[in-house]
Parts: sequence; C-alpha cells; structure tokens
Amino acid sequence: MKNKSLIACAALSACLALPSLAQQQPQITVVNFGGANANAQKKAFYEPYEKAGNKVVAVEYNGEQAKIKAMVEAKKVTWDVVEVESPDAARGCDEGLFEKLDYSKIVPQADLLPAAVSDCAVGIFVWSTVMAYNGDKLKTAPTGWADFWDTKKIPGKRGMRKGARYNLEFALLADGVKPADVYKVLATKDGADRAFKKLTELKPHIQWWEAGAQAPQFLVAGDVALTTVYNGRIDAANREGRNLKIYWPGGIYDLDYWVIPKGAPNKDAALKFIAFGMQADNQSVYAQNIAYGPANTKALAKLDKKVLDDLPTSATNAKEALQFSVGFWSDQGEALEKRFAAWATQ
Amino acid sequence: MSHPLQQTEPTTMQAHSGVIAMNAPEMAQASAPDRHAPGALRKALARAEVRRQWRAFSLTLPLLVFLLLTLLVPIAALLQRAVENPEVANALPATMRALDGWDRRDAPPAAAYAALVGDLARLPDRSDAGALARRLNSEVPGARSMVMGAYRDLPFEGPPEAIQERLLAADPRWGEAPLWRAIAKNGARWTPDYLLASVDLQRDALGQIERMPEEQRAFGGILLRTFHISLVVTLVCLLVGYPLAWWLASLPARSANVLMILVLVPFWTSILVRVAAWIVLLQSEGLVNRGLMGLGLIEQPLALLFNRTGVVIAMVHILLPFMILPLYSVMKSVPPTYLRAAVSLGSSPIAAFFRVYVPQTYPGIGAGALLVFILAIGYYVTPALLGGADDQMLSYYIARYTNVEVNWGMACALGALLLAATLLLYGVYRRVGKAELSLG
Repeated sequence: MKNKSLIACAALSACLALPSLAQQQPQITVVNFGGANANAQKKAFYEPYEKAGNKVVAVEYNGEQAKIKAMVEAKKVTWDVVEVESPDAARGCDEGLFEKLDYSKIVPQADLLPAAVSDCAVGIFVWSTVMAYNGDKLKTAPTGWADFWDTKKIPGKRGMRKGARYNLEFALLADGVKPADVYKVLATKDGADRAFKKLTELKPHIQWWEAGAQAPQFLVAGDVALTTVYNGRIDAANREGRNLKIYWPGGIYDLDYWVIPKGAPNKDAALKFIAFGMQADNQSVYAQNIAYGPANTKALAKLDKKVLDDLPTSATNAKEALQFSVGFWSDQGEALEKRFAAWATQ
Repeated sequence: MSHPLQQTEPTTMQAHSGVIAMNAPEMAQASAPDRHAPGALRKALARAEVRRQWRAFSLTLPLLVFLLLTLLVPIAALLQRAVENPEVANALPATMRALDGWDRRDAPPAAAYAALVGDLARLPDRSDAGALARRLNSEVPGARSMVMGAYRDLPFEGPPEAIQERLLAADPRWGEAPLWRAIAKNGARWTPDYLLASVDLQRDALGQIERMPEEQRAFGGILLRTFHISLVVTLVCLLVGYPLAWWLASLPARSANVLMILVLVPFWTSILVRVAAWIVLLQSEGLVNRGLMGLGLIEQPLALLFNRTGVVIAMVHILLPFMILPLYSVMKSVPPTYLRAAVSLGSSPIAAFFRVYVPQTYPGIGAGALLVFILAIGYYVTPALLGGADDQMLSYYIARYTNVEVNWGMACALGALLLAATLLLYGVYRRVGKAELSLG
C-alpha cells in the first residue's frame, strides 16, 4: 500500500515536472507575413536562433493590426515579436500597442539606418514597390513611369495593387511630378484629384492584385506586360529560374519593423531575439536569401556585389527612388482608400 | 476566412424551421382534448400539458442559449459599436465646455486651445491620445498628426493666447475650423455618423444631414454591387442547378446517391483550394482559354479572371450545392404521376413541365434561391482573390475597416447595413412567397 502510493506520488511528480522541464527552454512566438520573406527570415533568424538553444514558434498573419489591438486590449497577448509595416508601426506606437525598446540591449543605433530607429519599433529590412516586367516576353524595356501608362508603346495589361497606396504616387510620377515633390503634391486637394484622374486613364487596362505573390504570377503567365510588385517577390521568382526584370527609378521604398506587443508573455526573450536578428551577420544572411536591404548598415560589408546589386538600398537602385511617407499615409490613408473605393465603383 | 454572416445565416434558418417543425404538431394535439374533458380531468390534463411544454422547452433551451450567445449577443454588440462614440467625450471634457456656444464657423476662442491642451495633459495614458487621434483622423484626415504632435509637445504653459500661438506655429491647420467642428460634433457619446456614412450621408457643421461629397460616396454603389452580384449568382445557380436536380430526382436512388457525392465533394473542399483551382483553369494561358483557342472558337484569350466573370463563375461553383440540395429534396416528393397525367390529358410535355411540375417545386426554388442569395451577400474571399477593384462586395470593406483601418465603428455600421438589407429581403420574401421555408 505504501509502495503503491509512493509510486503514484513519483509518477505524479514526474508528470508535473515534465511540462516545467519543457518550459525551461525559452520559447517565443514570432509573427511574420509568410511567403518568400518568411522563408528568408527562417533561414537567417529563426534557425540560427534555435541552434543557440531557443525555441521559435513562427506564426503567419496578413498584417492585421486589429489582431494586435484586440490582444492588447483584452490583455491576452500570445505574440512576442511581430513584423509590422511602417504605418502600423507608427500608429501602434502612437496608440501604445507596443513595448518601448531599449536599444542598448539591441545594437548601437548608429549602425542602423536612421528610418529604422523608433521608440517602440525597430526596422528589420528595406523593401521597395517597383515596376517589373518579364525579360523573356517584353521586347522594349520601359524607360519611365510614363511608359507604364503608355499602352501604345508597350501593349498589354498592367498589374497594380488593389488600393490607393503606391498607385497614387506612381500616377503622379507618370504625370511628370518629380519623386521629391510627390507627397507635397498629393497632400493638396488638386494633387489628389490629379492622381485619380491619371489613374482613370489607365483604368481599363489594369489587372488588380491582392496578394504580393500574384504580381510575379501575372508576369509569368503573360497576363500583364508590366506590373507594380514588391521587389523581393521578383527576386524569389528569379531564384526559381524566371527572367523577371525590375525598373528601379521611381520605386517606393519602405521598412518593415519588429515590435513587441504590450504585455507580451516573454518580453525579455523577445528583446533578445530582436537583438539577435539585428546583428550584422544575421542581417547579411537574410539579404542573401531575399533581395531586401538590411537595416543594419554594417551588414552591407559582408555581402558580395551580386547580392548588393539587387537590393533596393544599393546606390544605383536607390538613386531615383522615393521614400514611402508614413506620416502622409497614416493621416490620409483612410480617406484616400475610401475615395479609391468610390473611384473603382464609378 | 469567411465572413461571420456567411456562417450564422444558415444556422438561424435551420434552427428556426426546426423549432417550428417540432412545435406545430404538439400544439395541435394539445388543444384538441381540452374542450370535451370534465373539470378534474381537464385540470390534470392541463397540468400534464404544462409539464410537457416545459420539458419541450427545456430540451430546446441549450439551443436557445447557444443562439443567444453566438448570434444575438454579438449582433447586439455590433449594433452598439456602430453608434458608440466615446473617444472625444472621454478625452476632451473641458474642451467641450470651452466650445459651448462657439458658432462653428471660424476658429474657436483661445480658451478652447488652452482647454484642449489641458485635457491632453490629463490623459492617463498615451493610448488614450492615440484613440482620440484615430477617431478625429477618420473624420478630418490629418488630425492624427496634429493631435499626436500636440501631445508630444506637452506641457504647454502660459495664457491661452500664448498656447494658441504655439499650436498654430506647430501646425497652421489648428487655425482652421474643420478639426474643431469634428471635436464639437463628437462630444456626444452616441453618434449616427457611422450609420449615415454607411449610406453615403453625413452631418454638416450644424448637424443637418446631407449627402457626402461625390468622391467620398462609395458604399451606396458597393451595396448595389453586392446585391447585383448576389442576384446574378442566384439566377445562374438556379438555371444550372434546376435541370441537374431534376435529373438527379428522376434517377433511381442508387445512381442518384453516387451522383450526389459528385455534387457534395466540392462542397467539402476548402474554399481557398477551389479558388486557386479556378485561377489555374481560367487564367489567360489556362486550360479553358487554351481549349477554346485550340478548338478555334476564339483567337484572343478571354478575360475570365480578375473581373466580374471570374467572381460569378467561382461563386456559382461554391454555392451550387445550396441550390441543388433543397431543390432535390422537394423534387423527390413530387409524384411523377402528375406529369404523366397532364400529358395523358392532352397537354404538351413542355407545357406540362412548366404548368404542372415547376409550380410544385416553388418551395424548393424559393428556399434554394434565398439560401444562395443570403450566403452570396456575405462573400468576401472569393471576390477578393478573383475580382478586380470594382468587384469587391460589402464584406471586403467590412474586413478592411476591421483589420487595416482599425475603424471598428465604421466596420460595425457596414455590418449593420448588411444585416438590415438581409432582414429586409427576408421580410419581402416572406410577404411575397407566403410559403414556409422548406430546407430539405
């Protein structure tokens, strides 16, 4: 009898001990946007971090800030590190959805691009929305954004992201506005009217894409002659043997950020993961896996010319590029997107 | 992935018809013995009857509680959120008092600026300033950076005039009326603005209701488009589904069951998989276009994808079982002898079909059409992936306001609009159809 209860006692304590043993290995949940980008992050950040004796649970989402907001407001946060786009990083910081970051525990701020540093979000990489075409199918390469609108010179449909963002900027570029003046013009009523009017010219020729992966598919399938696309998607397609080409001038570059939602379950481990990911070594591995520019400028020295040439941050590619205006879009985004919906209905 | 309405609608209706089916015969039995029994027996019977009714009620209780929790409570919360407006009233009480009596034309008095800055300084948390900025920005684009800028510049000191000057120096838009009008207008805790915006109306500075400026009128057109797409899908489903259901109903049970599996297999496949399959089939170098070009029927590939055609094709495919199943169950109960009788009495087969057979399947047509139409109204993923910018239905914008803009008031108002439209249509159907739903 006594033996039995001893055994039961031992079994019970073993059962109780097991989960606590499992918990001792630090585990964090990292949220990304999926696709080619997630694979590059897995290779550059998650796998090396796991080799160092940690556990990373990768989760995909579509960038819905509502999910973070709902978690934080309900005080039931299950995500530790989340990748967000720049307007969401800015709005989330304003609204207190994210933890403040202690840069002394990450990397020296001086090593990072200026745009990558913010109170509660740190830029991971630079990506760009650019014009692209299929090198195997298009005889005459485009020489400017006016060509995107010129369906006589380059016949065929045009792929564009469903929504106002980026398209209004491109419309103004095609209408002859200089990259440096685009947001100044767009902020005025006349400028917005001008952009929508220009977009109307192209409307019958536009094939809209919803997900980033669709744009290179359109090119490969021959559905469109030119398309706007995230540059990393072109890189991913070319790694699979396609011959897609990017027209860099007028591209709109922006950063994606890591944030820690307020009340994240493993805050310290999350900060450690971010610090790990922001190291120059890991950042350079990331850039080798997808053509997005590392936010840690020290990583550039570790990359060879072939990789550098495809990054949106390289000198030639960035020369005539346009920096996405977070301030403009977090102020005007809702109104312009609604106007876009009204415009599409007409 | 699908919109909640998509899932809740059939649940209610099935539950609804289930309750009716259960209660009707019991009621009929209950009233019959009452009239003839003598006093004591009548009382005993009545007691037994009450017990029986309570037992029946307690059996349906779990379902009622389930419905209450999963349907009525969320809908009530949704309706509440569509008119709730706490941000400005909570954050800016002193500003509201300072704006009392302001004519709402030019910039307000300096006292209002001082009161606003004081209110901002008293906010317990940065997130409250963020919520205020978000709310005002959805009315007056640009308000976010103004409010957050002022919040970051805290503290402000000195007389009201100095504060006013400092705010104006930081952003000259503080001297314009629109933001102040938005603050004054949103001082009330409840607002009709979201609901008005969902039908393209707005309140002007003095609270009069007027139409939105033309470039902001979106949702009226989107609602019409939603109904239009749903109607087309319903009609195509009926045209395709009716002959198929008729054929299935006329087959012997064995082969009908085998074929029914063919109808149901796609029904059990994930919507996303089916959408992806349609992309493969319909793209310009896809199977359909290549087949048609190989047959020499067309010279240029048809645009079947990323437009209305693609959306309708995929939605018809997804919703077809909802048309076929009710039609089939009604057609199974129509005796084939009626049709034979009509023909033997001299009717032509076609006339007999339309004048004798079809009218007997009206309940199935009504149920199938209503099911397909109501499910179609809530569609979101299929148009998002297969449609262009002008093929998106109302749910797409509900999802957009929920997830991207995080303007939940607007999302709830659009949800309420969709709910009201659906209920209205159901009401019209009941009035016109007068028949009880038969859902197989």
